[in-house]
Amino acid sequence: MTLTEKAAEHVPRSARRRRTDPPWWFVLPAIALFAYVVLLPSGRGVYFAFTDWDGLSPDWSFVGLDNFSAMLDDPDALQAIRHTLLIAVAITVIQNGVGLLLALGVNTMIKSRNVLRVFLFAPAVVTPIVTAYLWRNLLGPDGAVNSLLAVVGLGSWQQDWLGDPQLALWSVVAVIVWQFAGYSMVIFLAGLQSIPKEIYEAAAMDGAGPVRRFWWIVRPLLAPAITINLMLSIIGGIKLFDQVYALTGGGPGHATDTISTLIYKDAFTLGEFGYSIALAVVLTIIVAIVSSGQYLVLARNERAAS
Amino acid sequence: MNRYRRRTLVLELVMVAVAAVIGFPVYVLINLAVRAPSDTGSPIRPTTSPTLSNFTDAWQQAGLGGALINSTLVTAVSVAVVLAVSSLAAYPLARITAAWSKGTFLLVMLGLVLPFQLAALPLYQTMRDLGLLGSIWALVLFYAGLQVPFTTFLYVGFLRSLPHEFEDAAAIDGCTPVQVFRYVVLPMLKPVTVTALVLNAVAVWNDFFTPLLYLSGGTQQTVPVALAGFFGQYVSDWNLVFAALLISIIPVLAVYFALQRSIINGFAGGLKG
Repeated sequence: MTLTEKAAEHVPRSARRRRTDPPWWFVLPAIALFAYVVLLPSGRGVYFAFTDWDGLSPDWSFVGLDNFSAMLDDPDALQAIRHTLLIAVAITVIQNGVGLLLALGVNTMIKSRNVLRVFLFAPAVVTPIVTAYLWRNLLGPDGAVNSLLAVVGLGSWQQDWLGDPQLALWSVVAVIVWQFAGYSMVIFLAGLQSIPKEIYEAAAMDGAGPVRRFWWIVRPLLAPAITINLMLSIIGGIKLFDQVYALTGGGPGHATDTISTLIYKDAFTLGEFGYSIALAVVLTIIVAIVSSGQYLVLARNERAAS
Repeated sequence: MNRYRRRTLVLELVMVAVAAVIGFPVYVLINLAVRAPSDTGSPIRPTTSPTLSNFTDAWQQAGLGGALINSTLVTAVSVAVVLAVSSLAAYPLARITAAWSKGTFLLVMLGLVLPFQLAALPLYQTMRDLGLLGSIWALVLFYAGLQVPFTTFLYVGFLRSLPHEFEDAAAIDGCTPVQVFRYVVLPMLKPVTVTALVLNAVAVWNDFFTPLLYLSGGTQQTVPVALAGFFGQYVSDWNLVFAALLISIIPVLAVYFALQRSIINGFAGGLKG
């Protein structure tokens, strides 16, 4: 027996399996695109956050943490960070609350359940800027919302919904809840439909009322759907731009500015690229903290529930 | 529990009422889009003499025809590229357990956390240097890279749940890796491809921030940018604006209602990973 033959005989199983392994270069096109469009520019972004670059001139100087300390003295920036967090939390709570109620309502014997599911989800596929312009009119002083209030005898509730600094932020939240509650509903509904009917009926037979059935049976089994919904709405809320831009432009004054609208304004109307990118770094840090924190908490809850 | 009782009827009425409240803005949208600008009555009163002239005016002045073509082109090309490169990359990432594979996967997943605002501004310079500013190809390039992490995540999760025996058998029968991918792996990925297609297409079609950045100053527009420009010009002419909005959502809703089952399932199931 020659050496080669002997070696071939002793090829370990794992090495023989390698024959079917896909080649490493399959990842190259995706990695190249991802690196060129996301990774490298993001890296450069982090670098520019420590410079005073205006976005146009060929030279810039390194300014250390100046952009970040300037942020601490900038009431507009601090306010935008506060608004961003407030919007994200408000959307997460309200949108998922409404979405869950809709899902529970649709997941019953009602005859219109299939039509309602399709109808209630429809706003979620419409371009956000379109719904934002639509609502900009509806919420105006002479808009349909105020007209409707007058018709039903609530004329005293009429407001300039987007023009009042106290209300504008909440009006933005309401528009987003209107558009995406159906999205939450669809995810909750998929979770609800995966719960075996038998468990539910057995609990009903044992005398558990609707509230206790929900809390002890539906809620734990719904944990994966809850995780997905919370992640989607909170991250979406933190990055929010289109709707604020089209509804209020960040106004009145700075009453509805978020980090994203401020990034846009600072970079493209004020030419402060360095400062604007420093804001984007802060946005990144917030997203990273929130998503990792949420992931840890929810993963633990999911394990506890299963 | 499975019977239609009086309580079910009450619930049915409540749900229909809720749907009516949620659908109210759509009524106003249509109602004002068919109303002549000279009619300044209450927005919720049904329009007495509807007209279609707003639609023809809006169509011509907003340049919606060109914008719809651009949006379709950008969405089709960038989603096709993303699906192709991500499914190809997912194959080794899901099947190979070596350190380089795990490391690469984690690097790609980093993209799920990075907000695109961070890359968008430095990339503005890159696009300018490439001479792509103002061109829809800047958008195609951007989305093709931006959507890689999410799409790869979907493909890898799905592929890991599939057995690898078919691939092994094909390889033993003499298929090259490319043939295994093309004739064995890709057909098995069809369900998750539908999901990825739906989610990516909706995200790309609806995006406003990116074209606002990279198309400003140019002559090419996507639908959201064309609408924003039109709104800026005719801000007080709501009947015209509403006609433009309605024109822009008709194709979207037509596709949605035609494919509602796969679209809703895509949104509901795509993120289970």
